[in-house]
Amino acid sequence: MSPVAKLTSPQELAELKAKTLAAIETGCTRVMVCGGTGCMANGAPKVLAALEKAMADAGLNVKVDLLDEAKDESVTLGYSGCPGFCQVGPIVRILPSDIFYVYVTPEDAAEIVEKTVKNGEVVERLVFTDDEGVKYAKRNELPFYRDQVNVVLADCGIIEPGDIRDYIAKDGYRSLAEAIFGMTPEAIVSEVMESGLRGRGGGGFPTGRKWAFTQKVQSAKKYIVCNADEGDPGAFMDESIMEGNPHALLEGMIIAGYAIGADEGYIYVRAEYPLAIARLKTAIAQAEAANLLGDKILSGSFSFHIKIKEGAGAFVCGEETALIASIEGKRGMPRPKPPFPANSGLWGKPTVVNNVETFANVPKIILNGAEWFKSFGTATSAGTKVFAITGDIANTGLIEVPMGTTLSDVVFKIGGGLRTGNSFKAVQIGGPSGACLTNEHLDLPLDYDSLKSVGAMVGSGGLVVMDESTCMVEVARFFMQFTHRESCGKCVLCREGTKRMLQILERIVGGAGTVEDISLLEEVAVTVRDGSLCGLGKTAPNPVLSTLKHFRHEYLAHVVDGKCPAGQCESFKTYSIDAEKCKGCSLCAKKCPVNAISGEVKSPYVIDQKACVKCGACVEACRFDAVVI
Amino acid sequence: MEGFVTVDGVKVAIGDEKNLLEVIRKSGVDLPTFCYHSDLSVYGACRMCIAEVEGRGIQPTCSTPPEDGMVVKTNTEAALRIRRMSLELMLANHHGNCQTCEKNTHCRLQELAERMGVKEIRFEDPKEELLPIDDSNESLVRDPNKCILCGDCVRMCKEVQGIGVLDFAGRGSDARVTPAFGKDLKQVECVFCGQCVSICPTGALTVKNKIDDVWAAIHDKSKKVVVQIAPAVRAAVALEFGIHGGEEAMAKSVTALRRMGFDKVYDTSFAADLTTVEEATEFLTRVESGEKLPQFTSCCPAWVKFAEQFYPDFIGNLSSCKSPQQMFGSLIKEYMGEHDSLGREEVYVVSVMPCTAKKFEAKRREFMVDGVQDVDAVLSSQEMIKMIRMSGLNLAMLPPESMDLPFGFKTGAGVIFGASGGVAEAVLRLAAAGTRTDGRTLEFKEVRGLEGLKEASIQLGDKTIRLAVLSGLSNARTVLEKLRKGEVEYDIIEIMACRGGCIGGGGQPLPNDMEARETRKNMLYDCDAVQPLHNAADNPYVKEAYTSMLGKPNGKVAHKLLHTSYRSRRRIQGEQVELTEVSEVDEKIPVSVCVGTNCYLKGSYDTLNKLTELAKQAGVADKLDFKATFCFEKCKQSPNVRVGDTVYGGITPEKAVEFFNQTVKAAAEKGKVAVKK
Repeated sequence: MSPVAKLTSPQELAELKAKTLAAIETGCTRVMVCGGTGCMANGAPKVLAALEKAMADAGLNVKVDLLDEAKDESVTLGYSGCPGFCQVGPIVRILPSDIFYVYVTPEDAAEIVEKTVKNGEVVERLVFTDDEGVKYAKRNELPFYRDQVNVVLADCGIIEPGDIRDYIAKDGYRSLAEAIFGMTPEAIVSEVMESGLRGRGGGGFPTGRKWAFTQKVQSAKKYIVCNADEGDPGAFMDESIMEGNPHALLEGMIIAGYAIGADEGYIYVRAEYPLAIARLKTAIAQAEAANLLGDKILSGSFSFHIKIKEGAGAFVCGEETALIASIEGKRGMPRPKPPFPANSGLWGKPTVVNNVETFANVPKIILNGAEWFKSFGTATSAGTKVFAITGDIANTGLIEVPMGTTLSDVVFKIGGGLRTGNSFKAVQIGGPSGACLTNEHLDLPLDYDSLKSVGAMVGSGGLVVMDESTCMVEVARFFMQFTHRESCGKCVLCREGTKRMLQILERIVGGAGTVEDISLLEEVAVTVRDGSLCGLGKTAPNPVLSTLKHFRHEYLAHVVDGKCPAGQCESFKTYSIDAEKCKGCSLCAKKCPVNAISGEVKSPYVIDQKACVKCGACVEACRFDAVVI
Repeated sequence: MEGFVTVDGVKVAIGDEKNLLEVIRKSGVDLPTFCYHSDLSVYGACRMCIAEVEGRGIQPTCSTPPEDGMVVKTNTEAALRIRRMSLELMLANHHGNCQTCEKNTHCRLQELAERMGVKEIRFEDPKEELLPIDDSNESLVRDPNKCILCGDCVRMCKEVQGIGVLDFAGRGSDARVTPAFGKDLKQVECVFCGQCVSICPTGALTVKNKIDDVWAAIHDKSKKVVVQIAPAVRAAVALEFGIHGGEEAMAKSVTALRRMGFDKVYDTSFAADLTTVEEATEFLTRVESGEKLPQFTSCCPAWVKFAEQFYPDFIGNLSSCKSPQQMFGSLIKEYMGEHDSLGREEVYVVSVMPCTAKKFEAKRREFMVDGVQDVDAVLSSQEMIKMIRMSGLNLAMLPPESMDLPFGFKTGAGVIFGASGGVAEAVLRLAAAGTRTDGRTLEFKEVRGLEGLKEASIQLGDKTIRLAVLSGLSNARTVLEKLRKGEVEYDIIEIMACRGGCIGGGGQPLPNDMEARETRKNMLYDCDAVQPLHNAADNPYVKEAYTSMLGKPNGKVAHKLLHTSYRSRRRIQGEQVELTEVSEVDEKIPVSVCVGTNCYLKGSYDTLNKLTELAKQAGVADKLDFKATFCFEKCKQSPNVRVGDTVYGGITPEKAVEFFNQTVKAAAEKGKVAVKK
């Protein structure tokens, strides 16, 4: 990318936008390879290299810089952010026609260049094909996308995250210019308040109110902190925004800084996101060079600086007071509130802490107004929400839907139903702090208040879909193991309570549970929820409480009937040999590591249940399917 | 904050309470806590102080500011359930060998479990292996298996003592309180003040018990067992046994100790008087010469270790006087050697101290002669109380007896050593004796009290003496930092590690909170008031000691018996590495090259090699004694080389030749440099 000149006025920003837009739109074909973490790991760099070579071989005039003069047959090639449909990566998109290729390999490059880039034809074998064999060539036609509403992710997957001008061409930083040159801080806060934007990180606290508190506190120094310590298993909403559209986050933070009177911001991003960190660093450098960040932004009077702080891997650092402690170089442990960060946050100064998705919504709200924002979502949960859908679902990936979209629409319309063909059992929403939703909740609108009413939470937006073969006691155990490990160990209830809940759950799935265990588990869970210090502890029992509520019969089956209804828990499995099917070949007996199988050759073998360790080696060994579980 | 809070239906006015918990306690509800202490920062981890606040649900009251109109219920179903569950969870994870625990019957966990009616632990005994107990040092024992992670010790050490040797490590149920890198307390910068022991609610931190050693000495017929009792002990004993006044408690203790079998019972306050005379003399000499000011007191071994570790540049300012405990130890062994013809090992000196660091002090190599300690065993006040109870003695019923002479006689000045400001006041009384003629007592009330930082200016004749009295080592840190920067000036500074002075020492019985310290402090000043003499210099037995044994204050003999020296503990405790063979000629000139990190990185190792090579070439190698050493505390001018007593900076390998020729070779040829003997 050629260097961006220092912009000294909103006018110059508008001119750069026009110039970039013109360059992009002058008949230029853009080939964008998904540069999200998933596609990168799946071979996107090789695809990009192959495309580059194919273009050169085809004699195409490849533009490396957006602002290069367009010539005949000119094409640009680059990485985009994550378009969300990770299931089918690596993804290649061709703009402006918006042809969407899936599962692309380097071997496909020549054909893509020859057919699509040069002649505008679609390579049929590379487009998405659904279960019925219907092909969808364009992104917006895909079932995965057609019911989504993209606000935060609108430009993710279209623009090149490494080129600030691509963002500017999409009205990037226009909100910032309008905010600092045309609006008072009070007006911004009231616009955000009016929009009904609520924190996208889990709690759902109204963002405008948080800003208003901090704005009112008198202090020469204030901070903006972006919580990018996304830690829920399977969640990558914030990661994708940072990787795909880092400037949206920066712009949101700068506007927030102007609104509350802060001149410095921190992005606390987990170190496990190296690509996000690299893209943020590039974005910060470019924004600084363009005078959109740093001293006297656009030569006005407002200055704002952003620093990146890499987290060291503790889940609890997603809790705002622990996060602040971690930035300060202390052990990441939550502290009691009050005082709230609005009064005493980073280094004891008034601080606004919001998550990535929240900040990324702000430029859109300033640009399009509160009324526009409220047109999405429900009365109390305005706007859209990004969810990461995963588990036993056909289309895993990142989606964005208006708040209030029903669970059923997300799972069946966008998610394409269950992958295995099995029937739907439950979804875990909100990660390890969340709860499970079942069949009875399929028509439940996914918004803050509806979810709260059934004891669940939006959380950061992770949705794990589970089919009928899932043992819900095991699900509770899995999440409890996670929170138990990630508890900071400060308050008694969370530290000791998660340990004991895990111990009881292990006992139940291990076949040694009792009915008393279930009531003790429930008592501990309720108490840990009621009495813990921070959000992690207060929500850690949610998986237990919600599975107890909806699937108590599964717990009882484990402890009373001595079986796991889903057939998942190893300790309840028994391996035996079907005498009818057994040919007496002795292979299973040879493979058994503990010599639990005995018999005469050519007559049926028998498994000694006491000696059996349930490893399953005999199942794999038997050629006649004679081992029954 | 004005207004009222309704606590369980009762309206309570909000006063100057910082939090709801204090308002609730004021209302008569003793809401229990493990981690809340008014002198420490709010931590909010024990979950015992929760209550239901109308409109807000369950809240930890320790971190909730009181607001007008708040309606609080302390014993709702949820509140009781949370408290009891928290206790049950703590107990499930606690190595509960209560009957044999040092803290038995003084344990807060035990007390609250009983109070809250926790009768059953329904969780599986983890049967985990017990973590190792740290009893590496002389003063404290740390048993992590009894720790409930309330963090009181962590905050005490960091916030009040300004050190922070303890902190949390590990996450979740692996979380534990530990010195850095799992080291023992002996290996880290612990000053053994024992304030962590005073605040620990369980048996996780306790005083190292030496009772059995003392009994063994008493039962050993070949030993004369002599005991000295420190000033602050009397107040603690009085409170513990419900005896009116420290003097009476002391007199009854004398009876008890004699009945237990101690041969002689003396008062450390006598040695305190001696300290006052020595220290005042030293101070007046320094004022005269204007050198090594401000003078720091050196009675507190925790403070001395703190200074050696963190402020070695101020070591010269420390009074060279031994602490009263150690003055007593060396004096008594000398005295009994002369009077009773007893060898050093035949006299077994026990001291009873309010302090845990005194146990460490007694083991310092400076306080040993021929491998025999001046003070053989140090008991804390807690331990003496335990011994009295073990002996079945009902202290309150015992008749009072007086101490043995001559070392059982003291002035009031010696007694007030036990309270912060006492040493300063004792020195002032002596120094002012000639200048004030107006009354019987010379009281300096401006230096009294539990505040951590007290300042005063005292007119002594034509001189104004600016003094500071500090307690709590974080206050010492604050003032020393200012002194370094030249922001403050004083002539004499009294520093005691524990808040309020020795009355709040880590070896005192529990509770050892500020309320208890206030009562003990007042008792000591009452003890002072009833003494016939108040100026240490007036103590007839002190005078006698000078006449018969010590000569003049600060004189030669006094120096040998009553003074000491200190050393920097800033760096690794590495001994010097001998590089040249020890030859018969002991007139070699020592050349030490620092190979500490800073000097090493700037090439000191190469410098050392070059210098030794040059010495060989010049044929003077046998006259030089090369050593690789660690840190002269002059890192800014590294690499450093010391020849004789002089440290030369900036001796990079490039400058080695020039330096060798000008300095080392010259010294070797001359055969003489300034070497301290």
